[in-house]
Amino acid sequence: MLKLAWRNIWRNSRRTILTVLAIAFATSILQFFVSIQLKSYDAATKSAIALTLGQLQVQKKGYLEKPQIRATIEDPLSLESKIKSLDRVEHTSIRSIGFALISSEKRSYGLQVIGIMPEKEKLVSSVSGLIKKGEYLDSTSTNDCVIGEILAKNLKVDIGDEVTILGQGKDGSLAASVATIRGIFDSGTKDFDRVTMFIPYKTFQDVFSMQNSAHSIVVMGMRLKDLEQIQSKIEELLKNETNLVSLRWDQLMPGLKQSIELDMSAGWIFYLTLVLIVTFSIVNTFLMSVLERSREFGIMLAIGARTPRIMGMVVIESILLTLVGIFLGVLIGSGVITYFSIHGFTVPGAEEIAKLWNLPIRIYPELTIRVILTAPLMILTTTFIGVMYPVLKILWLKPLEAMRAT
Amino acid sequence: MKNNTLQENKLEANVRCKDVSKIYRQGDIEVHALRRISIEIQDGSFVSLSGPSGSGKTTLLNLIGGLDRPTSGEIYLSNLRIDTLSSSELAQVRLDNIGFIFQAYNLIPVLSARENVEFVMQLQGVNAAERKERAYEILNAVGLNGLENRRPGELSGGQQQRVAVARAIVSNPEIVLADEPTANLDSKTAKNLLEIMLSMCKERKVTFIFSTHDKLVMEYAERLIKLHDGEIVSDE
Ligand SMILES: Nc1ncnc2c1ncn2[C@@H]1O[C@H](COP(=O)(O)OP(=O)(O)OP(=O)(O)O)[C@@H](O)[C@H]1O
Ligand SMILES: [Mg+2]
Repeated sequence: MLKLAWRNIWRNSRRTILTVLAIAFATSILQFFVSIQLKSYDAATKSAIALTLGQLQVQKKGYLEKPQIRATIEDPLSLESKIKSLDRVEHTSIRSIGFALISSEKRSYGLQVIGIMPEKEKLVSSVSGLIKKGEYLDSTSTNDCVIGEILAKNLKVDIGDEVTILGQGKDGSLAASVATIRGIFDSGTKDFDRVTMFIPYKTFQDVFSMQNSAHSIVVMGMRLKDLEQIQSKIEELLKNETNLVSLRWDQLMPGLKQSIELDMSAGWIFYLTLVLIVTFSIVNTFLMSVLERSREFGIMLAIGARTPRIMGMVVIESILLTLVGIFLGVLIGSGVITYFSIHGFTVPGAEEIAKLWNLPIRIYPELTIRVILTAPLMILTTTFIGVMYPVLKILWLKPLEAMRAT
Repeated sequence: MKNNTLQENKLEANVRCKDVSKIYRQGDIEVHALRRISIEIQDGSFVSLSGPSGSGKTTLLNLIGGLDRPTSGEIYLSNLRIDTLSSSELAQVRLDNIGFIFQAYNLIPVLSARENVEFVMQLQGVNAAERKERAYEILNAVGLNGLENRRPGELSGGQQQRVAVARAIVSNPEIVLADEPTANLDSKTAKNLLEIMLSMCKERKVTFIFSTHDKLVMEYAERLIKLHDGEIVSDE
């Protein structure tokens, strides 16, 4: 039966080769796109986590939705050290965050001021490595600040210039200070670079009258698969402090996951279109091949073969044909992906998009099981469904009419 | 299925048609292809159906072979009435009891002569070793030894028809029905095929019913049934 099906495929070898090539082409293209797409998401989440999210944060309940300066963690240092001592937790840091009006000689902007502990912050955030001009804060800094490149441009300030900070302290008092620009960073994420200023934690606590409280404890350096387990450990620590919560990166920035899912579904539409085109060509091939063999099927039926047998044969033919195409496609696709995983791939004209997503411009796709299997499984499934149309036509064949059909 | 069909109770009359009529309808037009035909054909006989084009030869063979159902009348193979069977029962009857030889293009083109012959046995569930042995034996009997592994496209028309005879006979049917098996052959090859069919008929006690236009071919028949306009005009 397998032998018969295999030989039948190669009866019209030209048509078969064309169909096989179409399947192979679609498979490899799909594989490649899936690999790039998955890698981009990976890069996007990684960079968002590295920039500000951290893998996990402890905050006051409701702070995420409504970041008020009064929504604080009391005695953050002792909680931080408890978290730090947990198994498999690598790095932690404390942040205080306020909103203030920042003015240079020429302009003023409202933005978020983040108080950080420079040495610890280096271990939980990538900002220290993104300094484009000047230097990052260090433990000796007091009245220094680091701002985003776009903000610097907007304020028309440069390294060494002074800006004034004007906001409201935790206790409602006026928070006012002057800071010297020590470093300018370029994170690649425009929205972040436009509205962010870092100052030393100690200075922030003074200026904003924070006393012994802060807004967030950032946790980093865990393995992803441990994340939920560690989160539940932290939740245990927070048992007595019912007004605090621990949030994973995807909980901190649900928008990121949503936009990935949205982009994913846009990708799926493209994939599906490609798959449908290929399926159509396979279905067409089999429709022709079934029609052409009408007399032959008629004779098979006349000598006593049953319809399901002939249908089964055609189904096997279609699966064999698809498998040959998929096999070829996987070979080509894997080769291409492996090549680009070494040399990197630049999406032509995608620099703007890459900036928006905060993606590296050069992507190094990875050949994972998911990448290898997605396209073949899609094509195999749709082919199987599509081929049911010509196969069901066989159901209506009567031996005499079928034999007469040529 | 096999048990309650023909193999176990061979009667004298192998094929029996009683008042069989077949009317084809095409829109308003009715074509009376067969008009109240009654015949009995004895076991192991070599029968020729002849008559002008359109006289109903193919129609009658199709009815006897269970490929079609009569408009009225009864058809028996041995003592099994087949005109009332379901299509799947008919398929089983055809597989077990009837061999078919058509005018041309009988064979599955991607299978070799031997594989074509084995195909029927495969449908019957014969195991691979026995299939192979019987296929070689029967192909030898129709004079095709050495050509077993050729595909139909690599065989002459006469050789292809001999493969068809081998395939029809290999399943040990009661009856072999051949609709103009020699129509595409020259007279020498046609005679040769008839001789093979006749020897199969005698050696294996299988009833052969074949239709033909060809006077030379009719000469081989033990019994000659002539049809005209759907009626039997002579039977000798
Ligand atoms: N499927 C069909 N639909 C309508 N009419 C048919 C059909 N098959 C046969 N007929 C008609 O029935 C009559 C008998 O046809 P049949 O094929 O049995 O003749 P035949 O003796 O085999 O002729 P030939 O020698 O040309 O093969 C003819 O008039 C034919 O036109
Ligand atoms: Mg005819």
